[in-house]
Amino acid sequence: MAHVPMDYALYLAAALFLIGLVGVLVRRNLIFVLASIEIMLNAAGLAFVVAGSRWGQPDGQIMFLFVLAMAASEVAVGLALLLLYRRVFGSLDIDRASRMKG
Amino acid sequence: MTATFYVAAAVAVVSTLLVITRTRALHALLFLVVSLTAVAVVFYTLGAPFVAALEIIIYAGAIIVLFVFTVMLLNIDTASERGERARVRPAWGAGPTALALVLLVELAWAIGSGGPHVGARVVGPREVGVALYGPYAIGVELASTLLLVALIGARHLGQRARQTGLAPGEVELPVDLAPGSLAPEGQGELVAMTAGAHTDQGAGPPPDHEPSLAETGADERAERGES
Repeated sequence: MAHVPMDYALYLAAALFLIGLVGVLVRRNLIFVLASIEIMLNAAGLAFVVAGSRWGQPDGQIMFLFVLAMAASEVAVGLALLLLYRRVFGSLDIDRASRMKG
Repeated sequence: MTATFYVAAAVAVVSTLLVITRTRALHALLFLVVSLTAVAVVFYTLGAPFVAALEIIIYAGAIIVLFVFTVMLLNIDTASERGERARVRPAWGAGPTALALVLLVELAWAIGSGGPHVGARVVGPREVGVALYGPYAIGVELASTLLLVALIGARHLGQRARQTGLAPGEVELPVDLAPGSLAPEGQGELVAMTAGAHTDQGAGPPPDHEPSLAETGADERAERGES
């Protein structure tokens, strides 16, 4: 297997997480916001796997499995909310929901 | 194998950057598939083949397919795409990108350099499975509960989407009475998708042989309107 310094793998996880964060901050389309959240979750899972690989233990991979289950349920609810949002606001622009009613 | 890690990492970063800069949702999702596959390669080089397979099957397979189906259901037209292109400007991204770069430098400083190496040992599916159903069994149960709750929540939200999609005076026809008119413009798309196969089977005979129930109902209403 590869012989990579742990830092480089963690740099990769940090870079992917921050790209996802920039996506959430910059994009105004709800689909892209959800995709960016997926990127961030994936980067967090990568950090878990790297940490598990550092000590050669399966625990990191198990944490990745839990992150995976969480991401799957998040995307199911998120896409249902996206369809509802499109019904209510007629668009996917999240700025339309920036003002609260009441 | 070490070179594979660096190549896959570069591909992951570049394709993820392309995901958040595309204006077409489908193109972005395809680049997301590339990014997730590159991360799967990274997992493999780190000695975790089991999660590499899961990354491809669940992330690049199931979750992205869910995204793609939703994008196709939304039927995004060219006008909204043009609006998206006008909205994605480099000037808007400058601030968040600068902040994220500051965070990246801080994270790199915190992670440090010259640490131990990873990927020296392969942790296969057998070890993962033994640990998963041993000390982490309660986590498996919690994950299954989470997935069940997400299923029920998505179902509930889909119902809400159907109700709010109806116009105020519109009366909802039962599914059996209106095979053709189940999903006109503005009705719940999720429900229409799940019931689509059902209605296709129901609409077996062509309409010129015998009119369907909905058509006869319309004729009766027309006669009543004339008399």
